[in-house]
Amino acid sequence: MDLIVSISGLTKNYGIKQALRGVNLALPKGRIIGLLGPNGSGKSTLIKILSGVLCPTAGQIQIGGFAPGIETKRIVSYLPERTYLSDWMKVDDAIDMFVDFYPDFSKERAYDMLSRLQIDPRARFKTMSKGTKEKVQLILVMSRRAQLYLLDEPIGGVDPAARDYILQTIISNYDENATVLISTHLIADVEQILDDVVFIKDGQVMLQAAVEDIREKQGKSVDGLFREVFKC
Amino acid sequence: MWEIKNDRPIYIQLADKIRQRIITGVYRPGDKLPSVRDLAQEAGVNPNTMQKALTELERSDLVYAQRTSGRFITEDAGRIQKMREDIALEQAQAFLNKMADLGFSRVEIVALMERAVAERG
Repeated sequence: MDLIVSISGLTKNYGIKQALRGVNLALPKGRIIGLLGPNGSGKSTLIKILSGVLCPTAGQIQIGGFAPGIETKRIVSYLPERTYLSDWMKVDDAIDMFVDFYPDFSKERAYDMLSRLQIDPRARFKTMSKGTKEKVQLILVMSRRAQLYLLDEPIGGVDPAARDYILQTIISNYDENATVLISTHLIADVEQILDDVVFIKDGQVMLQAAVEDIREKQGKSVDGLFREVFKC
Repeated sequence: MWEIKNDRPIYIQLADKIRQRIITGVYRPGDKLPSVRDLAQEAGVNPNTMQKALTELERSDLVYAQRTSGRFITEDAGRIQKMREDIALEQAQAFLNKMADLGFSRVEIVALMERAVAERG
């Protein structure tokens, strides 16, 4: 199978704390993949390393044939768990900034999504609610024609109606060869848009499977399986 | 967004829903189906899953694909009618099983059905 990401023996330590402990993972092209795990399991650390904002302590990573760096930033579109847009900026300033940074950014798509979510492009981030800021951030990220989208908790802070729209945005905007990796703990909400899931626990991958296989073989949803596997 | 239940594969539920639209005439014989992407978006599901559901419907000859122009509902009205009856029979049998679980005999079930129909007017 054609891979977009391959990871072997990936370890990340924060001082004496081990966030990732020997992760091996291969992600194929053209899939929507859920990265699922309890709080503190290493989801965000893994995504940050793939996006290139953190360096691994040990291990190998290849994204589209390159180690994380300038080359991979060209093909990776990353949504961090917290917004980094400056308060003084207006939405259209942020769009112009993305146009400057990324040749694959489609301004037209960004404005189209803004109008569908009734967000004023002239509005300043300072005046926006947390949820609206998150929507804008996701629009920016999904307006790129990337090969790998890394979405860290994309639906955590928005209401259920906007959540549905965001999920639709994800399925309608990624193209067939791109892969989307979504970390979340709102499994029931995202389950139906996922091809595959990766369960991660204590910094290790404990399961990688297709959603439909889980339903077929176990007779339960991914949400149900997660609750069972990670029962407190 | 379509309602998706937890206990069964999603593609089977999608196929059921589209099948229902065909037998109830929402989609008519010979109609062109919306694209996979549009259907996936309407249902709020992954396009690959919707693709699988449509393949399932093709296998049962309710839908056929035309290489360049998309997917169409079968023009064979008899095929659709047969599917409609099959599903009705399935439902009737499921009902009979439930009533048997409650300890009703066939005669009692028939009597009950008649009473229910009469009460509905």
